[in-house]
Amino acid sequence: MVSIKEALEIGQEEFFLAGNSTCAGCGLEIALRWAMKALGPNTALVTPASCLNVVVGLWPKTAPNFPFMNMAFAAAAAAATGVSAAFEVKAHRFPGKVWEKMTTLVFAGDGGTTDIGIQGLSGAAERNSNIIYCCYDNEAYMNTGIQRSSSTPHGAITTTTTLGKERYKKNLPRIMAAHDLPYVATCSVSEPLDIYEKFKKAKSIEGCKYIHILASCPPGWGIASEESVEIPRLAVKTGSWILYEIENGVLKLSKKSKPLLDPSKRAPLIDYLSRQKRFSKLSEKTLIELQERLDLEWSKLADELSCQEHNQ
Amino acid sequence: MNKVKWKNICEDKDKRPEVQEYKNWQELPPIPISLPIKGSIGTTGDWRTFKPVVDRETCTKCGICWMYCPEGTILRNEQGEFEVDYIYCKGCGICAKECPTKSIEMIRESEV
Amino acid sequence: MVEAQQDIIQKKETKIIKGNIAAAYAAKSARVQVISAYPITPQTTVVEKLSEFADKGEMPGTQYLKMESEHSVMASIIGASTAGTRTFTATSGQGLFYMYEMVHWAAGARLPIVTTISSRGPAPPWNIWADFTDVISCRDTGWMISFASGHQEIYDDILMSYKICEDHDILLPKFVAYGGFTLSHTSKPVIIEEQEDVDEFLPPLPDEKGWPHIFLDPERPMMHGNLIMPSGFYNEFRLKIHFTHTLAKQKIKDVSTEFEKKFGRSYGNGLVEEYKMEDAEIAVLNYGELAMQMEDAVDDLRNEGYKVGCVKLRYFRPFPTEEIRQIAKKVKVLGVADRATAFGSPTGGPVSSEVLAALYGSGTSTIILPIVMGLGGREVGLEQQKNQLKVLNHLNETGEFPKDMIEGTFWDGLLEVD
Repeated sequence: MVSIKEALEIGQEEFFLAGNSTCAGCGLEIALRWAMKALGPNTALVTPASCLNVVVGLWPKTAPNFPFMNMAFAAAAAAATGVSAAFEVKAHRFPGKVWEKMTTLVFAGDGGTTDIGIQGLSGAAERNSNIIYCCYDNEAYMNTGIQRSSSTPHGAITTTTTLGKERYKKNLPRIMAAHDLPYVATCSVSEPLDIYEKFKKAKSIEGCKYIHILASCPPGWGIASEESVEIPRLAVKTGSWILYEIENGVLKLSKKSKPLLDPSKRAPLIDYLSRQKRFSKLSEKTLIELQERLDLEWSKLADELSCQEHNQ
Repeated sequence: MNKVKWKNICEDKDKRPEVQEYKNWQELPPIPISLPIKGSIGTTGDWRTFKPVVDRETCTKCGICWMYCPEGTILRNEQGEFEVDYIYCKGCGICAKECPTKSIEMIRESEV
Repeated sequence: MVEAQQDIIQKKETKIIKGNIAAAYAAKSARVQVISAYPITPQTTVVEKLSEFADKGEMPGTQYLKMESEHSVMASIIGASTAGTRTFTATSGQGLFYMYEMVHWAAGARLPIVTTISSRGPAPPWNIWADFTDVISCRDTGWMISFASGHQEIYDDILMSYKICEDHDILLPKFVAYGGFTLSHTSKPVIIEEQEDVDEFLPPLPDEKGWPHIFLDPERPMMHGNLIMPSGFYNEFRLKIHFTHTLAKQKIKDVSTEFEKKFGRSYGNGLVEEYKMEDAEIAVLNYGELAMQMEDAVDDLRNEGYKVGCVKLRYFRPFPTEEIRQIAKKVKVLGVADRATAFGSPTGGPVSSEVLAALYGSGTSTIILPIVMGLGGREVGLEQQKNQLKVLNHLNETGEFPKDMIEGTFWDGLLEVD
């Protein structure tokens, strides 16, 4: 993995210009900043309705210093398929130019990915469209004012789940992996260098790549802006958010999550949940249930990994 | 009927206007175009309540503040030291929170 | 048509093909670079034929995207067009309704996308037969909308569309609509023009820079579509789309003239095509395949001594207001026949409502008879159209409207069972 020292040397260019309208401490901005550092200027970004197409700024000014396309809510993956096809047409017609080096990137929120955008995304995945689809997951419709999405975790308070969400978070990375994609990865904004590495790898792979980033949202999660890195880090430390890659069907835990296969290395889930106002209505009983669920998920993961090892 | 000719402001990157100005609808291009610029929403440094101040004595130049800054407003100078771009820094405080040597202090703007 | 032109036509190779296949040949002749498609009856054979062309290697360098829905089809076409390629798709009825959000988007981005619509009746109940309510429901999207009334016209109009849409003063998307099954699945001779002639007629494919107003180019980063405040020219950008429609009328006429010069086939002035209107006292306006059949009805009634004529409306958007006014002035009674509905509108028929609006203030005393017929593929035969002319003639002679009028509109051919 790239070190900060190396990153300081190679990653000085900023593509999403400062002075934009992201909230102070926005997790999305950390995710995009590091994704773009990895992908570089020859990237065309498509974003559906989301915080991102608002924070870019108002006409006639904008923050992204690279080709950027706004898209309707359900349509980002499909539009990206078209963009990528056009780049292929242009690469064929104008060989030796920038067109053969273009990366088509989708940056979409969890609503635009796990809810309204899932059909288009699933279509792009099945076609293996040559795109990188990234979901920055702040676990609710933050742009419209914090409404629940299918990616909102159990118990979280939103403006449409005022008593805490009853259902559980949709596991989209695993749904995407079920499409037999060449590359699926999860990231957290607490690990920018891991984001950098995974986007570098995704860029080098032909076909449809899916990256799911846990991205903190201070107003939506009920945390202070300075906690925007610390809280998602706790999500990783407690094992609540698992960092992994699935490359051609092979699951590999990432550096920060791998040690957590040993349950004693996992911080208790309450360390993560109790720090956020959105979980303030969780009962003790629910907390215990959630910890049990999480432990079960990890033991299933351990089984899967050992089974995978056995078959290799 | 007179044909309307529109001014192509994005044909050539070097010839782009600093500011897009239109007097009326006839002058507009076919679609609204936004061009990249720092401070797209203004000088976001005005948002700050607390200001990050780097203590050069204790700073080890590790770069963690630079890595986590969402806005990219922690800049490295030629000596490898870190400076804050106060014009755009929104004062989120992540840098101070994450600094391993506690070399960044958040100071209330009114007390600076 | 002058003899020299007929001579040219006779030398050309004709294929006996279905309307949908003519559309596919037109897309191939136009060298479209990105095709995106999703199956729906009665459009399906357009994209099947294109698939066949692509698989045989007859469209080198063309990308063919097989999408999972019409919404995604139009989104992908918008993506491909934004990145600077010539694009094509085709759909029908429900498919068009499903892509509706993206239809607005394409026009808002001023992308020169050409899409054919094999029109069908909206569900429920399920219906797959000719009815133009689908394309007409896109009236206010900013797309240009034309109707082809014959197989050759499908091919020709698609070629003309690219020339109109890609003009840098226009830059708008366009639908070419024709009746599901009536044209899509019937066969007629169609001239497929030589590739080099089509290449000469059409503008060159977009160069590396793409369209002049929108692109995805790392050398020239730009953004379209981010939020614009109510104070920020939104109003004016919408006006520009409308104003461009008014400019497009002349462009359509010019391209139609150029097309006739190049290929020897003419379609009136491009916007409307008149038939035996010189001395006509009564006339009827149609669009789509029934406009073609009406010419036969006019011939028959002329043989019986009636002074009748007919008008083929080629464009619904932009609407040929001036032409309609001139036509109305020529006759005493004008029937306007819709194979589509506009529920709750002044007449119930979309085009007849438009015609009435167009005539407001023109000082005409011409009687307009709105007609709605043939919905959901209900057959409208030659005899029925002849009878419509007779009804109009009776109205002209006696001032009496037909008995079946419902709130000012003649719903012709309603079933009545004893």
